[in-house]
Amino acid sequence: MTVINRLSTRRRGDEEVVERIPDWMPRNAADWLAMAFMVAIGMLTIMPIVWVMTTSLRTPAESFTVPPEWLPEDLYFGNYLQVFDEIPFVYQMGNSFFVTLSTVVGQLTTATLAGYTFARLYFPGRDALFWVVLATLMIPYQATLIPLFVIISKVFGLADTLWSLILPALPTAFGTFLLRQYFLQIPVEYEEAAMMDGANQFQIFRRVYLPMVAPGMAILAVLAFNGKWNDFLTPLIFMNTTSRFPITLGINDLQRYMMTGSISVVLAAIVMATLPVVIVYIFGQRYLIEGLMVGGLKG
Amino acid sequence: MASEATLGSGRRNWLPAWLAGDTVQGIRRQRMVLGVLFLLPTLIGLILFVLGPIVVAVAMGFMKWNVFRPPEFVALKNFARLFRHDLVGNSFGNTFVMMAMTVGMLEVFAIALALSVHRFARSRLAYFFRTVWFLPVLLSGVSVAVTLSYMFHTDFGVVNYYLGVLGIDKVPWLVSSDVVRFSVSLATVWRNLGFTFIIYLGGVSALPQEILEAATVDGARGLKRLWLITLPLLSPTILFATVIDVIRLLQFFDEPYVMTRGGPGDSSRTAVMMVYDTAFANLEFGYASSISVVLFLIILAVTGFQFLLSKRWVFYQ
Repeated sequence: MTVINRLSTRRRGDEEVVERIPDWMPRNAADWLAMAFMVAIGMLTIMPIVWVMTTSLRTPAESFTVPPEWLPEDLYFGNYLQVFDEIPFVYQMGNSFFVTLSTVVGQLTTATLAGYTFARLYFPGRDALFWVVLATLMIPYQATLIPLFVIISKVFGLADTLWSLILPALPTAFGTFLLRQYFLQIPVEYEEAAMMDGANQFQIFRRVYLPMVAPGMAILAVLAFNGKWNDFLTPLIFMNTTSRFPITLGINDLQRYMMTGSISVVLAAIVMATLPVVIVYIFGQRYLIEGLMVGGLKG
Repeated sequence: MASEATLGSGRRNWLPAWLAGDTVQGIRRQRMVLGVLFLLPTLIGLILFVLGPIVVAVAMGFMKWNVFRPPEFVALKNFARLFRHDLVGNSFGNTFVMMAMTVGMLEVFAIALALSVHRFARSRLAYFFRTVWFLPVLLSGVSVAVTLSYMFHTDFGVVNYYLGVLGIDKVPWLVSSDVVRFSVSLATVWRNLGFTFIIYLGGVSALPQEILEAATVDGARGLKRLWLITLPLLSPTILFATVIDVIRLLQFFDEPYVMTRGGPGDSSRTAVMMVYDTAFANLEFGYASSISVVLFLIILAVTGFQFLLSKRWVFYQ
């Protein structure tokens, strides 16, 4: 259907030529409506981001101007340099990377295993356990923070270390639920066919199911990366040493130092701290979208 | 065929007899063992870092504990107090109002975006828009809140400036107790739309094309096709996204906290903010725990209700 709709005939001289309409070209009223909606939301999304970037390039005195100027006239990079003077920026970015990457790898492992069990492997009591896992999703995280801090510091002796941020983040009820839904969408026939071919139970998981839930794993990876990178409340309570802070706490410090000064310096730090996430996302999005489009989920 | 079967069972000779892979019983037991092993990391982790702490927190709900003196058992005093405490009721009300506004906008916009972008699915344009919409999700709640509270400023804000250009009077976004809940909801929608959109994009990409094409051939078009075919096919994703969003937003904290600190007055104070302030500002850990226990029970009830209701509208192929 898509292909046929994407062809149009046009007369060129005496001949009738069949041409392919470019993928991005709206073909009918509904397409135009969709396009207008996409552009509108896109504009609303991008404007505050542009404002942050241009304001971070202004001299402190010109931080606020009404009407807003969307293109900075003077490219003032002093705000960016000042960030390095105020906080140990390089250390804190490194800490954020270590904590975030460890958490992503850990969550992908625990969630695929558990999600597969809840979707395809049965043992007595499994469904009751699934409700327990779902219930943990509804627990207000802030309510567990004080006891969690006691466990991390008294039982594990990990207070004020990066591990105190990683360990509690490894089990993920959200990821388990997400991947269970992906595993459930795969027809059982694949598994039966693999069994006929002599695959053992682990091979069925590893070779048959796992490649087909790649879209779900990609989504979990991107969300976990982003969630951990931006985590603020946990390090705020768990960490004490400035050089071990993740960058979110660094920005918080900066915000306090700059309370009376210029917001431009804070915005410069926000831009720099967000850049790696944006790069990782743009890099990962390729895999994410490919996974979404060609994964075994369509069939 | 026969040789393959022999090869398959031969490889599993090291397994004990009760797990033998060539009997139905053995395979069932293998799957049970594998299931238990696969669940262990998640279960142990959740017990240590979520269930354990919440049990302790519930116990604390029945105690009077401010860090300076050892905990003292007070039975139901905390709960009796919170039901008479207007500020607590008020914060739960705010949470529900903001959750409803935010989830409503999120789901409608996200579904519309996913269906719209799917029309241009393979183009660079679609790729570009997906990237743009997801950008706010990459920012931390704190940076978004700081940025948007400057943009929503009544006198110097960008938003009011452009509304002024359109001839609309200045809106007191963050300083009027009537408007503030809507402003905070808008900011939250701005940051979270990309997240919900990605979930729906996964669902829309997985829609069975044969059924959609057959429906089109049978004459289902436009809104009729959307309502009768596309949305029912998408309903498992809608359930998943709504459940996740409702749970997340009932635990709403970052945006209102940084944008308004719960003000003006207490008009944008949320339930979790109430817990946080009670614990970390007033150092009443016991009372804070009792509030969070009530919040947990409410979230549990709302989610249970959603699943119950889903039997009426979610359609599994």
